[in-house]
Amino acid sequence: MTEEKPQPGIKLTEQQLRARRSRSIAIALSLGVLVILFYIVTLVKGPGVLVRPL
Amino acid sequence: MSVTLSRVEPSIAGVGDYIALMKPRVMSLVVFTALVGLVIAPGHLHPVIGLTALLCIAVGAGAAGALNMWYDADIDAAMARTAARPIPAGRLAPGDALAFGVTLATGAVVVLGLLVNVVAAALLAATIAFYAVVYTMWLKRSTPQNIVIGGAAGALPPVIGWAAATGGVAVEPLLLFLIIFFWTPPHFWALSLHRTEDYARAGVPMLPVVAGETETRRQILLYTFLLAPLGAAPWLLGYAGMLYGLVAVGGGAAMIVLALRLHRARYGQTANRQMFAFSILYLFLLFAALLVDRVPGALFGHFAA
Repeated sequence: MTEEKPQPGIKLTEQQLRARRSRSIAIALSLGVLVILFYIVTLVKGPGVLVRPL
Repeated sequence: MSVTLSRVEPSIAGVGDYIALMKPRVMSLVVFTALVGLVIAPGHLHPVIGLTALLCIAVGAGAAGALNMWYDADIDAAMARTAARPIPAGRLAPGDALAFGVTLATGAVVVLGLLVNVVAAALLAATIAFYAVVYTMWLKRSTPQNIVIGGAAGALPPVIGWAAATGGVAVEPLLLFLIIFFWTPPHFWALSLHRTEDYARAGVPMLPVVAGETETRRQILLYTFLLAPLGAAPWLLGYAGMLYGLVAVGGGAAMIVLALRLHRARYGQTANRQMFAFSILYLFLLFAALLVDRVPGALFGHFAA
């Protein structure tokens, strides 16, 4: 049986993990808002979503 | 041959730091003036499209703020007023702020162009570029006229709002542009009189640092004499009603009184602080009066359509 080698790489501290999690949630929410925005605008403008004044 | 790689620590920046990067107080003023430009514009714009335009303008303003904080991290670190910002405080890496600013700017302009119209998107792009490149990277460090010329960026949001609603530009939004443009010098110079040593320490050539406090007080007075009639111009030219006229004339008179007191004051910071604080109220009241003046007509037109 082979021994497991210690994994190389960076281990995040608690503070870094919390910060990364909060950033990830914010990014996910922002993308969600963008998706909903495009959906609502498509409903409002109908088939010609990209038909707009210059 | 060995190469030493510098170790980049994982970020500890939270959502609050990224929000601070966007200068939320500046954003709120930008959104408010853009809202007024959008509401007073003729024609009918669907509320969802209007809100989309305001969201894009807000994000664009935040992007410009983030790019400014990226470039000015060295100056911010040297000034007491700004040393607690995320980058000089060490909470956020400059490169992260740059990436954030560029991403938001691109996204805001593209979404505004796709969902609203290209003219508004082009104006937003020009505003962000003017603030980040012309003002931040060039004028701020090289001339005491930095905030005079750079103030054009802060004066464009009502024009962008108008363009979002109409697809073009007209005299009325350009009047609003001029009001904010001539408001900017007395506003920022009153602040900088309060912070002369801070700006001198950072090497920023603000007018009080370069030309002295007496000359700065004189210029504040001159710009205020220009600003007061400009503020009343929408009413004088028939674009706004009596309510706006009363607010503009009264507010303009108060600005002149404060500027005269500031001009006569030789030392002490009270007159500077009063001028700075009232200048914010003055601009807010002007634009709020425009909104109140026009909203009933705009609402009536919307429901009648």
